[in-house]
Amino acid sequence: MHKLTERALSGDIRAMARLISMAEDRADGIDSFMKELYPYIGRTWIIGVTGSPGAGKSTLADKLIEHFRERGGVKVGVLAIDPSSPYTGGAILADRLRMQRHTADEGVYMRSLAARGSLGGLSRGTREAASILDACGFGIVIIETVGVGQSEIDVMRVADTVCVILAPGLGDDVQAMKAGIMEIADIFVVNKADKPGADRVVNEVRAINRISAVVKTVAETGDGVPELGAELRSHWERVREGEPGKLREAARMCSKIEEILAERISESARRLWAKRQNEILPLVLNRQLDPYSAADIILSDITFFLRG
Amino acid sequence: MSESGKKIRVVIAKPGLDGHDRGAKVIARALRDAGMEVIYTGLRQTPEQIVTTAIQEDADGIGISILSGAHQFYFKRVIDLLKEKNASDILVFGGGVIPEDDIPGLLEMGAGAIFGPGAPTSSAIEWLEKTVAAKIN
Repeated sequence: MHKLTERALSGDIRAMARLISMAEDRADGIDSFMKELYPYIGRTWIIGVTGSPGAGKSTLADKLIEHFRERGGVKVGVLAIDPSSPYTGGAILADRLRMQRHTADEGVYMRSLAARGSLGGLSRGTREAASILDACGFGIVIIETVGVGQSEIDVMRVADTVCVILAPGLGDDVQAMKAGIMEIADIFVVNKADKPGADRVVNEVRAINRISAVVKTVAETGDGVPELGAELRSHWERVREGEPGKLREAARMCSKIEEILAERISESARRLWAKRQNEILPLVLNRQLDPYSAADIILSDITFFLRG
Repeated sequence: MSESGKKIRVVIAKPGLDGHDRGAKVIARALRDAGMEVIYTGLRQTPEQIVTTAIQEDADGIGISILSGAHQFYFKRVIDLLKEKNASDILVFGGGVIPEDDIPGLLEMGAGAIFGPGAPTSSAIEWLEKTVAAKIN
């Protein structure tokens, strides 16, 4: 076993944080680290928190950390994703701002992740980051998505329990989100429930989705957080044991393998293309070769390359 | 830009009681525009919070913005805590209202660079890029 894996498994936060960076950077060798961690993975409850900007995701995550920590020993990890600039690749990550009071608690680990071009609300490496926390003994991992709206459905492929946060005063959100995000919620949270219009949001949600639970909260004061905690746990208990849980796990594993495959193939394609770009690009620009045939050349190189 | 590769991650911290974070925000935006990932922790952070944040975030550096005059105390405390936690490889740099005469002392203490009033943001960017690259290789 690598020294870094050993250190992370023994509770060294720096080593764990470094592994997460390697997963984000797709550093060489990260797959071999993930293989070493794999036997320790599979115990964590992953909670996804998604919803529009301003709905109160970070504040609610802060209160959930408190709720779970008060109930005893379980260590809580938080992965908070913020957007990256499409132009520079840089990012300002400020989700911690609302959770900073937990830095003194050694049972809480918070990590800000930049989306780095991912569009589904998670970042490249979020899935691995959750697995790394899992292996290192974090019993609960809360994933807070970017929060740009209805297309953020990747969290469903990673989380055991998905929480969609809504709030009154964000316009016709519920109607607009009908098709996307509204379908993935295991639990709806109508936050800022002390504001006018909260009950209308509750009714709109119930009209669209009759199955999932709806909980009203005021994250700022903590009102409704114990009830939300209870709903979350009851969902997890149902999912963990029953048939739906097994189906979910199979779907998740399937998408994980597809993701690893896609990642490896596109990485090889990128490398091979970089190697042959100078030779092939001029042919395409001179119209001696069409772009599809150029891709065929690279693809046949990949087949050769993958066979070793 | 390549798909894989190391991103520079920097914590921008505002320790202590002064409530002016304009400078901190200016440098945060400049670093972002240079392609870095900036973790912004907000006002009134304790040195303990700053160091824990940098470790959890696997940051390459901590940028401290101080206008209160308490720079000696905060730099020393942050640098000492990093040592305590075996994390002295995390760079510490700073800016704000820091008198010229105090800079040599801060550098001796272990700060990597101090950017005083009027220093262009590009000087901090260049320094970070150079120093982080040197650390990796």
